[in-house]
Amino acid sequence: MATSSDPHGLASGSVDIHPFWGKLSWDIFPFYEPILLVTFIGVVTLGLAVLGTITYFRLWGYLWKEWFTSIDHKKIGIMYMVLGLIMLLRGFADALLMRGHQAMAASGSEGYLNAHHYDQIFTAHGVIMIFFVAMPFVTGFMNYVMPLQIGARDVAFPFLNNLSFWLTVSGAILIMISLFVGEFSTAGWLAYAPYSGLEYSPSVGMDYYLWALNIAGVGTTLSGINLVVTIVKMRAPGMTFMRMPIFTWTALCTNILIVATFPVLAATLALLTADRYLGTHFFTNELGGNPMMYVNLIWIWGHPEVYILILPIFGIFSEVVPTFTGKRLFGYTSMVYATCVIMILSYIVWLHHFFTMGAGANVNSFFGITTMIISIPTGAKIFNWLFTMYKGRIRFEVPMLWVMGFMITFVIGGMTGVLLAVPPADYVLHNSLFLIAHFHNVIIGGVVFGIFAGIVYWWPKAFGFKLEPFWGKVSFWCWLIGFYLAFMPLYVLGLMGVTRRLSQFEDTFYSVYFIVALIGALFVAAGIGAFLVQIVQSIRKREELRDVTGDPWNGRTLEWSTSSPPPYYNFAFSPRVHEIDAFAQMKREGFTRPTDGFVPIHMPHSTATGVVLAAILTVMGFALIWHVFWLAAASFAAALLYGIGHTFNYNRDYNIPADEVRSIEDQRSAQLAQAAE
Amino acid sequence: MKRAVHIVALFSCLFLAGCDLVVLSPSGDVAQQQSDLIIYATVLMLIVILPVMALTVFFAIKYRESNKKASYEPEWHHSFSLEIVIWSVPLAIIICLAGLTWVATHRLDPYQPLTRISPDQPVNPEVMPLVIQVASMDWKWLFIYPEQGIATVNEVAAIVDRPIEFQITSATVMNSFYIPALAGQIYAMAGMQTEMNAVINKPGVYDGFSANYSGAGFSQMRFKFHGMDPAGFDDWVAKVGTSAQVLDADMLAKLNQPSIADPVSYYGAISDTVWDRLVNTCIDADSLCRNDMMMVDALGGGGLEGLWNREMFRGICSAEDPGAFIAMLRPEMRLRGDEIVTAMSLLPGITPDTRH
Repeated sequence: MATSSDPHGLASGSVDIHPFWGKLSWDIFPFYEPILLVTFIGVVTLGLAVLGTITYFRLWGYLWKEWFTSIDHKKIGIMYMVLGLIMLLRGFADALLMRGHQAMAASGSEGYLNAHHYDQIFTAHGVIMIFFVAMPFVTGFMNYVMPLQIGARDVAFPFLNNLSFWLTVSGAILIMISLFVGEFSTAGWLAYAPYSGLEYSPSVGMDYYLWALNIAGVGTTLSGINLVVTIVKMRAPGMTFMRMPIFTWTALCTNILIVATFPVLAATLALLTADRYLGTHFFTNELGGNPMMYVNLIWIWGHPEVYILILPIFGIFSEVVPTFTGKRLFGYTSMVYATCVIMILSYIVWLHHFFTMGAGANVNSFFGITTMIISIPTGAKIFNWLFTMYKGRIRFEVPMLWVMGFMITFVIGGMTGVLLAVPPADYVLHNSLFLIAHFHNVIIGGVVFGIFAGIVYWWPKAFGFKLEPFWGKVSFWCWLIGFYLAFMPLYVLGLMGVTRRLSQFEDTFYSVYFIVALIGALFVAAGIGAFLVQIVQSIRKREELRDVTGDPWNGRTLEWSTSSPPPYYNFAFSPRVHEIDAFAQMKREGFTRPTDGFVPIHMPHSTATGVVLAAILTVMGFALIWHVFWLAAASFAAALLYGIGHTFNYNRDYNIPADEVRSIEDQRSAQLAQAAE
Repeated sequence: MKRAVHIVALFSCLFLAGCDLVVLSPSGDVAQQQSDLIIYATVLMLIVILPVMALTVFFAIKYRESNKKASYEPEWHHSFSLEIVIWSVPLAIIICLAGLTWVATHRLDPYQPLTRISPDQPVNPEVMPLVIQVASMDWKWLFIYPEQGIATVNEVAAIVDRPIEFQITSATVMNSFYIPALAGQIYAMAGMQTEMNAVINKPGVYDGFSANYSGAGFSQMRFKFHGMDPAGFDDWVAKVGTSAQVLDADMLAKLNQPSIADPVSYYGAISDTVWDRLVNTCIDADSLCRNDMMMVDALGGGGLEGLWNREMFRGICSAEDPGAFIAMLRPEMRLRGDEIVTAMSLLPGITPDTRH
């Protein structure tokens, strides 16, 4: 732990490296930190309770066989969502700690976090929320919904899908380990060089960051390739590109962005890793290193990344709005082009994150104006949703509430975003709390609201019963009020010249703003709590909320044409698509479910390879973080051998016999008949 | 009671902008123009934002399911004229905003010398800008006044209505030099010199700080910026000048040790080479200056020869001893001595007499 005599935390980094144990020793456990100790005891107790429950109900075999090793895109999608939810709790706990600390520190006390601990918390908050909350949620939606929307039975590379998921989990596990073993990075969520280099961040915290993102990033890239191929190659007959549901379109654009940008992140982090492990000088202050290059590279990934998060969310809104207004989406074609334009433009705006680095006026103007241009297609999308509501019959069910919250909130964030894109204005607002308010405005008001809309919307598809609406509404209002209370004061503070990432304040003038922000954060906490209650309550009342039709909202796209939850083969027959909103057309023309003539269905086998490989790579990451190089080499070799071994597994697929398909479909026919009575 | 006043202040801030929003009511002409730009851009965007918000609420109420009187057209999904409007109105606004951005970005380019000191007062070409060299260190700010031959830590002063030229670098990680009342921020980066031109129009004491996170002492990396009348500034310079402390290479190395919440300190005299050592990242006496390394590399090549050069010339600062280089050159290079001296004189800041 850094003290004033050891400000850069050098002591924790300069430990001798033992040939067998690396940097590991008994001193790395932060027992001296009461907050961490209490958290640790809490986590251990909770963890043991969960593990005990699983063991007591003998669920290990079930979980392993039906979930962990499953390569069913629907189960992987749900596992992504569970990961996102767990990490949301961790990331939000960090947010509460920061809000509480800043409220105290701005009111004249020192607060309860020292600078070193506070710096770790805001770093962890950013890293977790982007990489291990928003990304898993978004990837989970794309995994679950997209194949159903295009009438496919799985993704193009089902095993790869499972591996991608477990690699993401591996990164999350490394981040969680850093809470109790050693420490986490203090370098901020993007780890700007040269601060993140060995000279200024010698401790293992930065290494946790690097290896967690290196490993999780591989997973994300593979998943991107997988989903692009799925959309391009596996659409149902008749589904041309211009008949794809908008969510699938946004998934396509997002995954193209992932494939194009995550390699940039991988390369950037690899260079930084080389700086830290091999003594290179890509981004150091010394020997020709160029930290400005790091800032450019990380944002060449970082800006498309925010569109990777928001595009699928736009897709969710484009599904929710037509369904709950009982209308076709207004301006399908312009929605598609808007999405593609955003995808392309998102590559040429990265410099707006650092106008203040001192580039010339031409360069700054160019990037400022390209940034503003993005607001045109984004604005077109907003208008499209607006005119979808026009002359509709709007049902204000919970997903639609989230859309309304989004429409009002997001435009404010969009406006402040364009403001920040004007370079001279950015000079005075950059890195201030105004900026913090802006991106939480678009990420909470956009991504998070969209995630909740999507969860409530597709929950009945995944589990066969709707979520209970009362607690959903409570959650919505808490989030909405909480957001405004938490971030409007931050806009004001930004205009008062308060910068971000401060753990101490000179005077108490700002106190009231931070206290209001804290109250807002508590409202959000209540919103998260209400959401959890909603899930528990809905599971308890699942028989009342049961939907057997598979189409509880009167949906328009193909995922609603199959049962809820869908059979593991999704569709007994590949649907034939004739126009946009294929299922709406089927319903209009009196389509009847085929009940005969079933044929065997070709499906992939489950495999444990994804879990095992990710587990080995987690060990490798941990060993590299702690400089236990023999273990890193051994686990790398093991992963390589295991991966090669997997290529000799020829027992990869099987056919579901026609009789089994018939029995499942007959069962559904009986259910439907019973419901119709 | 005090808290209640603050709560009232908060709401008046939110609705009336009636409190101390330094970014929107600064005291320097540059910051004032930047703040005006914020207002113009916001008003321009509200032309779209407000109708969208109003329409959202209006449609939500009018077309609610329970309102059976509203018309319902489930298949209506396209209108060419409406599409033209929803693309062209934002386009028109962005064209205006883009024009505004292009002009303002060029006019407010921090590298350009000022052309005016207030809306109705052009810069007098006779008056040279006050040069202040700024270095961010762990975790304090060093200000050097080459013209006055003084230096300070964590306090800076300038003359009201006289243009200021800040030359900015960093002895450590990236920081951002920001005085909200004066002008927008610019990054401070090691091995780089960024620039910012600004002017303060009202006397007073203003907050300055680092606006880019830089580690454990970041929160305390603050200073006061004093806007003074000419007489007051002369007094201040004289006061600093009485300090017995000298900012030379040794003092610089001492200052470079990390420390948090340093008090203000004054240096009555400075060594001419301090700024060169800062910009060229050779604060430690035994490290080779970046500009010297570049030249040695240019002469000796990169790779192994470059490494040899680095070891060979370690600890030499050509700004302090221009001849030292030549003396240590390998024989085959010494033959090119004239060429080297010419090259050295071309590099900015390498000999004291070539400095501005």
